[in-house]
Amino acid sequence: MAWMAWTAPTAIFFVTIACLLALFTVLAIRFPETPRVGVLRIETTRGDRLFITLLGSAFICLGWLALFGAPVWGALIACLIYAAAVFRWV
Amino acid sequence: MDKTQNNKAWFLVLPVLLLVAFSAVIPLMTVVNYSVQDTFGKNVFYWVGLEWFEEMLTSSRLHDALGRQVIFSAIILAIEVPLGIFVALNMPKKGFWASFCLVLMALPLLIPFNVVGTIWQIFGRVDIGLLGHALAALGLDYNYTNDAVDAWATVIVMDVWHWTSLVALLAYAGLQSIPEAFYQAAKIDQASRWSVFRYIELPKMSGVLLIAILLRFMDSFMIYTEPFVVTGGGPGNATTFLSIDLVKMAIGQFDLGPAAAFSLIYFLVVLLISWVFYTVMTNLDKQEGF
Repeated sequence: MAWMAWTAPTAIFFVTIACLLALFTVLAIRFPETPRVGVLRIETTRGDRLFITLLGSAFICLGWLALFGAPVWGALIACLIYAAAVFRWV
Repeated sequence: MDKTQNNKAWFLVLPVLLLVAFSAVIPLMTVVNYSVQDTFGKNVFYWVGLEWFEEMLTSSRLHDALGRQVIFSAIILAIEVPLGIFVALNMPKKGFWASFCLVLMALPLLIPFNVVGTIWQIFGRVDIGLLGHALAALGLDYNYTNDAVDAWATVIVMDVWHWTSLVALLAYAGLQSIPEAFYQAAKIDQASRWSVFRYIELPKMSGVLLIAILLRFMDSFMIYTEPFVVTGGGPGNATTFLSIDLVKMAIGQFDLGPAAAFSLIYFLVVLLISWVFYTVMTNLDKQEGF
């Protein structure tokens, strides 16, 4: 695995994503749900909302980096607020 | 109604999952790892945090390449989609000529990208190329190697030549699926040719057209080989699109860190646009009740 040039922060990042995917898979099996229509006027399931959250969060972090630079703690807080909004209203 | 759930079928997806992990996910993870480090070779890396992302996001080089790429994709779509629909509308519906046109339209799609680039590289040359020579004979000052407008025109015409057939074939498939009864009803209502197109043909083609737009957008947004062979990204940086710039940075300059950050930003833009297209497509299908 040395060729992949792993670092602790990137490992934590991918483990978090993997855990989220595993959690949402378990949730989908244990508590199946029907898609719902939110503010975007599109049908979304929990998985779709997770995807929208992750993709949107990536852009929030990029936007933060472009405007304010590192560190990105502020962006992380914005991402959590965005995630809550997506799961509540999308 | 109770429906039996059998999740064992998911195991059939396992080979694809392994293949995608091997060919896409693991390399992508490596790119993420590279994007937060710097290297001077020999697989020795130094942690730099988000420095490369900051540098890339404020880099005029990336902004310029992205701008060129967006303009290129917009021009390609603006030409190829209407032209493809026009060609499809004028293709014979059945018989020998229908088959003949289909084969003819498929021909450019079968030519490898680098061969298309080579064809146009020679075709456009003023000294030995038919196009370049003909334009020079007409008194036009055409030279794609030192004029940015000529280089852009050549790359755009080449892409239109290569890929309009795809849009035409998809639009043609959409047109062929319209039952004759629709046209008969339009005839009874004395609908004009435009009304038939606007209210029957275009809505019935919308599904395949969205696929065509998605495919053409993605392909044009990732274009590398053809402009690289024809212009090499020049003159200057006039036709240096995102992929060409990325390869120059990663392989030409061996700046793996900045190139990794660049490619991740590029990937996110592509992912976002693909998701928007996919969402629009699936919602359109649901509305039409396919």
